[in-house]
Amino acid sequence: MQFMLLFSRQGKLRLQKWYVPLSDKEKKKITRELVQTVLARKPKMCSFLEWRDLKIVYKRYASLYFCCAIEDQDNELITLEIIHRYVELLDKYFGSVCELDIIFNFEKAYFILDEFLLGGEAQETSKKNVLKAIEQADLLQEIKTLMVYQKKYM
Amino acid sequence: MPAPIRLRELIRTIRTARTQAEEREMIQKECAAIRSSFREEDNTYRCRNVAKLLYMHMLGYPAHFGQLECLKLIASQKFTDKRIGYLGAMLLLDERQDVHLLMTNCIKNDLNHSTQYVQGLALCTLGCMGSSEMCRDLAGEVEKLLKTSNSYLRKKAALCAVHVIRKVPELMEMFLPATKNLLSEKNHGVLHTSVVLLTEMCERSPDMLAHFRKLVPQLVRILKNLIMSGYSPEHDVSGISDPFLQVRILRLLRILGKGDDDSSEAMNDILAQVATNTETSKNVGNAILYETVLTIMDIKSESGLRVLAINILGRFLLNNDKNIRYVALTSLLKTVQTDHNAVQRHRSTIVDCLKDLDVSIKRRAMELSFALVNGNNIRGMMKELLYFLDSCDPEFKADCASGVFLAAEKYAPSKRWHIDTIMRVLTTAGSYVRDDSVPNLIQLITNSVEMHAYTVQRLYKALLDDISQQPLVQVASWCIGEYGDLLISGQCEEEEPIQVTEDEVLDVLEGLLVSNLSSPVTRGYSLTAIMKLSTRFSSVNRIKKVVSIYGSSIDVELQQRAVEYNALFKKYDHMRPALLERMPIMEKTASNGPTEIVQTNGEAEPSVVEPKHPPPVGQPASQGNDLLDLLGGNDVPVIPTTMPTKPASAGGELLDLLGDLSLGGPAPAPPAPASQPPFLLDGLSSQPLFNDIAAAGIPPMTAYNKNGLKIDFTFERANPNPNVAVITIHASNSTEADMTDFVFQAAVPKTFQLQLLSPSSNVVPALNQGTVTQVIRVLNQQKQQLRMRIKLTYIHKGSAVQDLAEVNNFPPQSWQ
Repeated sequence: MQFMLLFSRQGKLRLQKWYVPLSDKEKKKITRELVQTVLARKPKMCSFLEWRDLKIVYKRYASLYFCCAIEDQDNELITLEIIHRYVELLDKYFGSVCELDIIFNFEKAYFILDEFLLGGEAQETSKKNVLKAIEQADLLQEIKTLMVYQKKYM
Repeated sequence: MPAPIRLRELIRTIRTARTQAEEREMIQKECAAIRSSFREEDNTYRCRNVAKLLYMHMLGYPAHFGQLECLKLIASQKFTDKRIGYLGAMLLLDERQDVHLLMTNCIKNDLNHSTQYVQGLALCTLGCMGSSEMCRDLAGEVEKLLKTSNSYLRKKAALCAVHVIRKVPELMEMFLPATKNLLSEKNHGVLHTSVVLLTEMCERSPDMLAHFRKLVPQLVRILKNLIMSGYSPEHDVSGISDPFLQVRILRLLRILGKGDDDSSEAMNDILAQVATNTETSKNVGNAILYETVLTIMDIKSESGLRVLAINILGRFLLNNDKNIRYVALTSLLKTVQTDHNAVQRHRSTIVDCLKDLDVSIKRRAMELSFALVNGNNIRGMMKELLYFLDSCDPEFKADCASGVFLAAEKYAPSKRWHIDTIMRVLTTAGSYVRDDSVPNLIQLITNSVEMHAYTVQRLYKALLDDISQQPLVQVASWCIGEYGDLLISGQCEEEEPIQVTEDEVLDVLEGLLVSNLSSPVTRGYSLTAIMKLSTRFSSVNRIKKVVSIYGSSIDVELQQRAVEYNALFKKYDHMRPALLERMPIMEKTASNGPTEIVQTNGEAEPSVVEPKHPPPVGQPASQGNDLLDLLGGNDVPVIPTTMPTKPASAGGELLDLLGDLSLGGPAPAPPAPASQPPFLLDGLSSQPLFNDIAAAGIPPMTAYNKNGLKIDFTFERANPNPNVAVITIHASNSTEADMTDFVFQAAVPKTFQLQLLSPSSNVVPALNQGTVTQVIRVLNQQKQQLRMRIKLTYIHKGSAVQDLAEVNNFPPQSWQ
């Protein structure tokens, strides 16, 4: 996978993960163009399109578009499954996730994504394991903070 | 200094902004606050500030001043700081900036941290955006982690290694030892990432590929276990066990089995098993089937398996899910070359996909349809494709039209069908047709001699309907110009002939000239067409008027044409019939065919008969009138050079010449000799040489002497090339009546080459009052005995006379 973008139906970016090195300007340009292209698609159209020399796989969940750019030899259908798995992870973590969760907790959305994919490939195929790791890391955050608190006030 | 506001607070505030300007103001205020906070080197709130900065960055605002702060967060000992710091690094830093190198040391330390989640953060960041320098520095650490027993870290290290290899391919070797027992892991995460790593290595290096082939049995076993094992809740997706891993294994098998018989055989069974047992009701099952099909088609699978694969694709085509249909069409397009017959079986389903609503599916179906067209199905397929052309989006029309032309050219069952198909394309997608189609079509039409009447009639009718599509109009005007006589004569075998008068035709063509819809090129075509009709129609005055009007046209191109045509009417009227004669059949050259003719005129159309030279029309006529005044100085013989090329090519075969040099014949022959103006540079220049010949020492001879017509040959060696004999014939008439329309033709055996130049005249005056001379040049490279067959035709005392003779009495010096 070269990159993944999440954006709303109004074209507002909610998450961007780039697995290829590009300048900020290029990223903005690609984002703008791709968002326009995907938003112009009609509901009955298929989830795949050719864009520049990449294959774009996108799926809409409620008010959010999940859009991945994959290479020629990648399997489009399994990419749809990857997108779905990510949504399931978010759903489990936030409890019936909606766009607002992702807006207000974007950093958590990134953390979950980084526990599921690395360098554009899936690193863990078990839903349970991904969620467990996130849970532990969150706990680590709390403990360290707690320790600071304890040090300061006790 | 009050504590900086929390992230959530900021997000909430920004979202309340009602306009872009309001939002910008809020952002600027907050950025200023953050900047001062950074300046104060406040450790407590750095994390919060960077998080806010990242949010604003996502909205599109600049955040580069936070880059160094991210580095400071990464160096912190607090996990929260590190988490945000690494996230910030991945979002704000990129390898083009040197700043990112400062991360290297931190990452190195964190790769060796006591907490695996910190190590994980470092691996993730390195694997996501590590530059080549960073990868070089840290590859050793990654390799170490690849060998750890901690599966959480091992799986991340594997993908990090993939990134390192992509950035620095030379480092691939160092990861080889660590791959030894990757596949014996039970942990699916490690298995999956290991397969990805192995795939990357095999794709990059043929040596690695050969080395890892031995893993095929192990991979087959793992795949088998996945399929056969019972329900495993941890990895289950809609009843299928770990589809992600299955797909990756299938992909690796594809790479390992490609081109290798043994490996392909070893995986045959498992592929068949997966292909038949996978549940197809959900997308996930189809994803696996899709990968399986791709693998079967790429390796050396047995034919039964290949047929199975194509049938799976065929079933995909009937699936309700358009994603599946799309994927099927893409795969079929890849295999149509190699498994053509198998794909043909699904032709009707593919053709149905042309009517799909989705643009991508339509495009694939169109490409596939063209690939499937052959001699047997051409009629049916073309019907569907033309229907598609009618109704498809403009973006498809150009490609579809070109495809139709190509297919029609290859498989047309009859000329009439071919022309009908072209007409259909021109009328439905006329404006989208590519520019080079116009000359190609004209060439095709010219070559279908028997269809000329039908073609011009249909084109004329199409013009009456619609003159907006330029390629159609151009082809139509060209045809009307060429075959207008057929149009008004009302002869048409193929369909009911229409009754058209000359005036109606001229009305249409003049209409094109004045219409706003016509492009300048089109106007050029129609003016030339009108001009050509001056020799085919009788309303010459009307044509003259039109042509003279455009002599003052603003369009320079039109003006030039009109002026030249005007000149044709005035001074050079006797040349007009010759110039405006029917076009000969055009040879299609390997690359551009008629464009060769196009270029030589410097114009966009091959309509004028003058090939290969741009000299003004004026000169030859003056030469004609001043025949006797001409001496060697003139050097632009326009028409005559067409003469020599014709016989030269015909002169090879002894018999051919007399076959195809039929005088006054239809289209194929270039301007017949009889209509040539009687001027000839070479004929004149040979006269002074007459005296030289005696000096050169080859005696003249009498080649023919019958019925009062005597033909003498005189010889001369061409100076630059001693192999070329220059023979001048002198025809004299001893009878009391002139011989008019005299034509002399000659043929030589294959080993010679002959060039016949124009005669001085075609009237041999009676009573030896004068001679007609003509120059023959014979190239005799093999120094063989010269033989010649000659044919003479003339009119004497009202009757046509024709005679053939052989000339064998050439003096030896003429060919030695």
